[in-house]
Amino acid sequence: MELLIAIMVGVLVAASVYLMLARNVLRFLFGLILISNAANLTIFVSGRLTPEAPPLIPEGADAPIGLVANALPQALVLTAIVIGFGLFAFALMLVYRGYQSLGTLMSDEMRLAEPKEDGR
Amino acid sequence: MSWLLAAPIIIPFATAVLAFLFRNGPEGRWISIIGSVGLLIASGMLMAQVLEDGVVAAQMGEWPAPFGITLVADLLSAVMVVITGITGLAVAIYAVADIEDRLERLGYHALFQVLLAGVCGAFLTGDLFNLYVWFEVMLIASFGLLVLGGRKSQLDGGIKYVTLNLVSTILFLSGIGLLYGMTGTLNMADLHGAVQEVDNPGLLVVVAVMFMIAFGVKAAVFPLFFWLPASYHTPSVAVSAIFAGLLTKVGVYALIRMFTLVFTTDVAFTHTILLWVAGFTMVTGVLGAAAMNDFRRILSFHIVSQIGYMILGLALFTPLAIVGAVFYLVHHIIVKANLFLVAGVARRIAGSTELSAIGGLYKSAPFLAFLFLIPAFSLAGFPPLSGFWAKYVLVQASLDAGAYLIAGVALVVGLLTIYSMTKIWGSAFWKPHPSGMQPKLSSLTARDRAALLIPIASLATLTCVIGLFPEPFVQFAERAAAQLLDPSDYIAAVLGAPADAAGGEGLAALEVTE
Repeated sequence: MELLIAIMVGVLVAASVYLMLARNVLRFLFGLILISNAANLTIFVSGRLTPEAPPLIPEGADAPIGLVANALPQALVLTAIVIGFGLFAFALMLVYRGYQSLGTLMSDEMRLAEPKEDGR
Repeated sequence: MSWLLAAPIIIPFATAVLAFLFRNGPEGRWISIIGSVGLLIASGMLMAQVLEDGVVAAQMGEWPAPFGITLVADLLSAVMVVITGITGLAVAIYAVADIEDRLERLGYHALFQVLLAGVCGAFLTGDLFNLYVWFEVMLIASFGLLVLGGRKSQLDGGIKYVTLNLVSTILFLSGIGLLYGMTGTLNMADLHGAVQEVDNPGLLVVVAVMFMIAFGVKAAVFPLFFWLPASYHTPSVAVSAIFAGLLTKVGVYALIRMFTLVFTTDVAFTHTILLWVAGFTMVTGVLGAAAMNDFRRILSFHIVSQIGYMILGLALFTPLAIVGAVFYLVHHIIVKANLFLVAGVARRIAGSTELSAIGGLYKSAPFLAFLFLIPAFSLAGFPPLSGFWAKYVLVQASLDAGAYLIAGVALVVGLLTIYSMTKIWGSAFWKPHPSGMQPKLSSLTARDRAALLIPIASLATLTCVIGLFPEPFVQFAERAAAQLLDPSDYIAAVLGAPADAAGGEGLAALEVTE
């Protein structure tokens, strides 16, 4: 199971790197979503996968009995998903605003803040 | 005890809420100033506590470390929080005159306070995942501040800043995941012990390099710095100043923390990379600055160059070098924020930050020229200002370590820094204004003049004080460096004495289950 997810992470990263190398900022953002999902899966898998063993503590006990799934990475992933979603929403909005005012999505043509120095 | 540690985070957050509620009136900016004063006082109290008791730690929500979130302050964290308080207050006062009403209504002061909270949180946390969360708090606030107002150049710079920083964040997150997979803990003090027991040290180095790249982007080191000169000159001056002072330094702080506390298993490899990075960062930064023709863009490239010095201190990894890095960090925040503030005044009275479009400031505004010279000379490393001592310690440390080449590079970069400072001096201050106008400080209203000049003068005084009386500051940096190089106090403060480590056995079953 870990191996399968590890391969999936690899594929996601490869696809996202391909997308992020594009000059189109929107493609870059799509790559960013993929790679952030790859990162979330990495965290998930790093806690090792223990199927069919919810981390529940029976009544009267202080600790779970037997081997249970690690709940911490799942909590971390949840946090990371929420934060990632917020940041992505902002980035998407920013790129949209950028497209409206700058009239382009090509990173090469975004030279307003760093204008080319002609004739010098 | 725990309140003392939480206060530098809670105060700015509370201030942010209040400032947001009062964003439509002039109350917002006064709330922001009062909140910043509160932050400065709280950080001072924390500092006093740390100086007295050594490392202070508190477990949030009473969950024992390493399971809960720990807030911890050693001398380095404490001094960084104090500096955040000082810069925050200076910029909050400056913002009264610099930030237009339109931006205030959009929530400038609230975002500014959230930024301060994020920065303080990053300095105080003792948990790696929590550090990630504080980075995000800081980032989202900085995104907002950077594009606030929505001018075209801001959006342009903002897109580059946002996208590149998001990539670094994701790298950081993956690194956290992998490190957790190997060690089963995310508490930094606990990690110090846990990384010694990892069976595959090669994999640990790979993760170390992932962290190095992630923090390297935040700290703007070579070859990862391109977002910085693309964006730092676009927002309002107050925003530029707080970014220049604090943001990259959080990255440097995180590098120092991780590479003294956790990733010390293969110093020969990781810190050699850092040494090369430091050298290239210094050189490319200063060369970039020499090629620029805009006040704020020159200063932006200088941030990059100066980051190199701090990384140099970390890379040499000797006690004296760490002293230099800590001293440099503190000195640099004050000086750099101040230079950006001066650039803002120059723009206000002379009309631009483009060097070819301004001039004559020395003749008609000699006081401003004087206030520029102090931080500019300090940045370049003239005795007796603070930058001289910072550079002196670092060069001395490199010579002691036998790294003559990097010592030479540091000195040459110092010279080139003077070159670009003279470039600003020659064009903005000495040559007459191209349109013949006489930029005068008296063209500002009395209120604006006070709000703009008091922070600049205070920070300049601070630079002089550090420069003229370096003894206590160097001693302080020595103590901080000793704590960093021997983290046993830090670990004892976080995890408690080794004797009661057995208390968490019941919970240990929840740790990595293989």
